[in-house]
Amino acid sequence: MKLPARAAQPNSENLPFFEGAEQGLLVLPRCRECDFIIWFPREICPECGSQDVGWFEASGDGSIYSFTVTRRIPGGWNKVTPFVLAYVELDEGPRVMTNIVECDPEQLSIGDRVQAVFEEATNRDGESGPPLLRFRPTES
Amino acid sequence: MSIRGKAFIAGVHEHPERHLPDRTLPQIHADVALGALSDAGLSTSDVDAYYSAGDAPGFGVLSMVDYLGLDCHYINDTETGGSSYLVHAQHAATAIAAGHIDVALITLAGKPRTGGAAPGGSGRVSAAPEAPFESQWGMSVPGGYALAAQRHMHEFGTTSEQLAEVKVAASTHAQHNPNAFLQDVVTVDEVLDSPMISDPLRRLDCCVITDGGGAMVIVSEAVADRLTRHCIPILGTGSFVKSSQSGRIDLTHTGAVRSGPLAFSEAGVTPSDIDYVSVYDSFTITVLITLEDLGFCERGAGGQFIASGALRAPHGELPFNTDGGGLCNNHPANRGGMTKVIEAVRQLRNEAHAEVQVPDCELAVAHGTGGSLATRSASSTMVLGRSL
Repeated sequence: MKLPARAAQPNSENLPFFEGAEQGLLVLPRCRECDFIIWFPREICPECGSQDVGWFEASGDGSIYSFTVTRRIPGGWNKVTPFVLAYVELDEGPRVMTNIVECDPEQLSIGDRVQAVFEEATNRDGESGPPLLRFRPTES
Repeated sequence: MSIRGKAFIAGVHEHPERHLPDRTLPQIHADVALGALSDAGLSTSDVDAYYSAGDAPGFGVLSMVDYLGLDCHYINDTETGGSSYLVHAQHAATAIAAGHIDVALITLAGKPRTGGAAPGGSGRVSAAPEAPFESQWGMSVPGGYALAAQRHMHEFGTTSEQLAEVKVAASTHAQHNPNAFLQDVVTVDEVLDSPMISDPLRRLDCCVITDGGGAMVIVSEAVADRLTRHCIPILGTGSFVKSSQSGRIDLTHTGAVRSGPLAFSEAGVTPSDIDYVSVYDSFTITVLITLEDLGFCERGAGGQFIASGALRAPHGELPFNTDGGGLCNNHPANRGGMTKVIEAVRQLRNEAHAEVQVPDCELAVAHGTGGSLATRSASSTMVLGRSL
């Protein structure tokens, strides 16, 4: 079943990430001072404190760092259990909280290779917003 | 300047009820404030400093100082979730050591069992810079801690049976607490047979949801000297915010790796000197990881340490949460830091239930964790002594 997809509200600091998502691209911030790849997207480098941040297109590939199959949860998500909440470690370094979709939750393991998928999302008024960055198992 | 031995916990009070639909939040703050002041032999007119966190209603400290009728020249509303009250105690001890205040009151109250808004307010959460990247994935509170548990199992071979023993030990303690929300002893099999919430955490790996609250009163040596109540010296404190680590989060440890050594160092003791520990227990995995982080066992060896029966009072290697903890007794306002300090004080005063009182309890640790192990959290550790 399709997971709930509530669009994020971009702001001026993280807009390039969401503009990339609109194009189906994973666009990440990188510090122009120390080259650190920043997560979560923001206009300050948590490593060196610089506010000189650029953006680049990442591969969208990664592996599962940790995951949990949620079977009971309050609210709207209870209609889509069991679903997979995960941290994916991108090949570029950051560990990103997300869902693993298009998978059998009972067959997943830490370390499994995954790739980015961008899923349609809507805001509270039902209007379409920036797609969500989720991941699916990489076909081997 | 060290705060070692400069400040004393003179009074504590845990609200005896676990469901309070007909009592207002300010009333519960007042109930526990008066209870802790009475325990110390003091009154509201003695208080010159007040501390509360996001659970205080209205304008927080301002509303509560006004409601309680206090005259305070020192106030603080540090909000770090469940560890807030240990951070408050650290700040109060520091202000006492500096000579600014003599009597600090810290209160906690909440009604999550009855229902209603969570402390902090959803508007505040949705304005967080991380919200656009963390709020869309269906992360429940157990789901977040499950991510930590799953990774710990992957790296160190920790098992569900080892986690279950944390709950079993807490339940053996809670059977002696007539106010505990859950008073029945459970077995490892009963924990493993309880419904899966978010793999690998089951219902009985989770803490209880209770209304209620607690308070403590911290005083200077001059005040402690004129009180007849057994005042417990604060020997060392430490707090640390573990961030999401610039997006490279390691889910297998908490900020206790920093808060613990700070507190032990100030107290001039080591983990092996500790007779009793109140350790934050939002979930069984919280206890396991925190024990490793505080140095009570090797990193990755928490499962074996727990499975050895170490946590069982009164004769285990490191008796823990003898009131039944958040897992069985009480987790008022979804925040367990206050009750951790209260039970440590009972142990050092030799006032825990006789079946779980640790013999010759001289040194205790109280530890709080706030936020989420899955994202960012604040750890706060306090070393307490029976005497200086």
